[in-house]
Amino acid sequence: MFELRRVSKIYDETPALSDVNLAIRSGETTALIGPSGSGKSTLLRLMIGLTAPDRGTVFFDRVDLAASDLLKVRTRMGYVIQDGGLFPHLTARQNIVLMAEHLGWDPVRREHRVEELAMLSDFPLDGLERFPSQLSGGQRQRVSLMRALMLDPDVLLLDEPLGALDPMIRVGLQAELSAIFERVAKTVVLVTHDISEAGFFASHLVLMNEGRIAQSGSLRELVHEPASDFVAAFINAQRSPLESLA
Amino acid sequence: MNEEFSVKRADPHGAAREGAHLLISGRLDFRDSARLKRAIRGLLKPEESTIRFDLSNLQALDGGSTAVLLALQQELQAAGKNAEVIGAEDRVRALLELYQNHGACAPTSPHSAPHRVPIFEQIGRTSLEIRDALQSWFAYVGDVLAQALIAIRLPATVHWRDVGRMMERAGADGLPIVALINFLVGLVMGFQAAVQLKQIGANLFVADLVALAQTRELGPLMTAIVVAGRSGAAFAAEIGTMQVSEEVDALHTLRLNPYRFLVFPRTLALIIVVPLLTLVADFVGILGGLVVGVTGLDLSVNAYLIETRLSLDAWDVFSGVLKSVFFAGAIALIACQRGLATRGGAEGVGRSTTSAVVAILFAIIVIDAVFTVLYHVFDI
Repeated sequence: MFELRRVSKIYDETPALSDVNLAIRSGETTALIGPSGSGKSTLLRLMIGLTAPDRGTVFFDRVDLAASDLLKVRTRMGYVIQDGGLFPHLTARQNIVLMAEHLGWDPVRREHRVEELAMLSDFPLDGLERFPSQLSGGQRQRVSLMRALMLDPDVLLLDEPLGALDPMIRVGLQAELSAIFERVAKTVVLVTHDISEAGFFASHLVLMNEGRIAQSGSLRELVHEPASDFVAAFINAQRSPLESLA
Repeated sequence: MNEEFSVKRADPHGAAREGAHLLISGRLDFRDSARLKRAIRGLLKPEESTIRFDLSNLQALDGGSTAVLLALQQELQAAGKNAEVIGAEDRVRALLELYQNHGACAPTSPHSAPHRVPIFEQIGRTSLEIRDALQSWFAYVGDVLAQALIAIRLPATVHWRDVGRMMERAGADGLPIVALINFLVGLVMGFQAAVQLKQIGANLFVADLVALAQTRELGPLMTAIVVAGRSGAAFAAEIGTMQVSEEVDALHTLRLNPYRFLVFPRTLALIIVVPLLTLVADFVGILGGLVVGVTGLDLSVNAYLIETRLSLDAWDVFSGVLKSVFFAGAIALIACQRGLATRGGAEGVGRSTTSAVVAILFAIIVIDAVFTVLYHVFDI
């Protein structure tokens, strides 16, 4: 679905990505993990065309993103950001239908789709008339996911979707999101710094460090066959202190 | 209980030809730093070219003592010796790596003179900054014009729903403060004029002065300044916050253009609201002058109003309102530009808001000066 060939990106003379090669297969859930500043969010922004690479090429469905009509391509992608990125002056419903409205969908079709998505994400229908500030963190993320799914995109890109939530809500939403991903059967690319969350959602993990891919593979491979000291250290650093008490 | 640190030579026969092996044990605290340095220096011999700090028995160390240990290592390396740390357990090694990777800082002295940048370099840097600022402004103006053409062709792509909300915030909510300030401006102008005009028995001309100054100059200007402080700052902060919280990115991914979604509704709202506020400002400013005329100059309400009516023609009011349209455009476009250019979190939002207000006030004064010159040249 996505292919990045020798992609580099530099911000203010600091390399954010250096010579990255990556392929993301269709229908698979891939997690980009790594410490802060490792380049995982930049990678996601390149995939959705929010940033252009300084070197290299990003292909989406075998077409060079730089040569394609980004507006058209983005209707095939749904994007969810950390805090939801909901517009505070619009209700949940208005946020969800924003893009469909601009594309001229008729109101009946819009309503039908919103109800479908509310059921899919277990969101109460009366909550649709509330503003983002009146929703809980988990509900905001659900609305953001519904907005991303409104046009039924081929790919879902999620940048730390659960990063701003407290642990209890996070665990509950993890299970729900995972079930949603399974039901919608889409290609999902997820950015997280939490390796257990990455392992929970994704079959394919890409561990980034200083703008390069340190290792990619399954969680099992990363844990049992770390390719470098960094990979081993990253995994050890995320072992829960509770493990030592068990 | 904290165990005190100790340093001893691990090579029992004293200085080995290949160097010293120092075993550091216990817990190191920053308060022990001076003693640590003294102890290490006391154990080293000048002819030793290799020094190994063995931390295998070190139980813990804090950031301060890590920095001291690394500084000592660097000092020995600078003296041409081979100084290395060995045997550190994971936690200690992680701390050492953290401090090592951070790099050494040059020692600072309170008396050291600040680094002087040569004058030509300063001129060069400033010129480049000005060039970059101009470039980004031209790019912004170009984008605004291009998007405005698209908005005219495809009006449904503009987020019109926001216009009413913005008008309410900038207009209805701002009305009391605009009215109060302009009333006081009229009042103050009336008082100042009265003192002078009374001396030559021209009391009645206070009405002329207040009416003309308020409608042609002060009404539009004071209104624009209040709107700049309220709405201009709010727009910059709002869009700046959206920028740093990636909501503007979300717009792009939703195929929505930030100009048509954020900039145009705000600009249109101000272009509608500021002239209306200016008319209100003109009215209450004249009212302020009337209060002075009636209470301080013994003029009748009727006489004051008749004189005001005689001194004003429609152009006086319209010329001020026309200016206010340009003020409104400048306030909205500059505020939105600063908001969209925000970088760097909450601090960046603060910077954008401040710079938006300063730039808007400067633009208002420039526009006012241009209009004044034009009106003067064309004698209107």
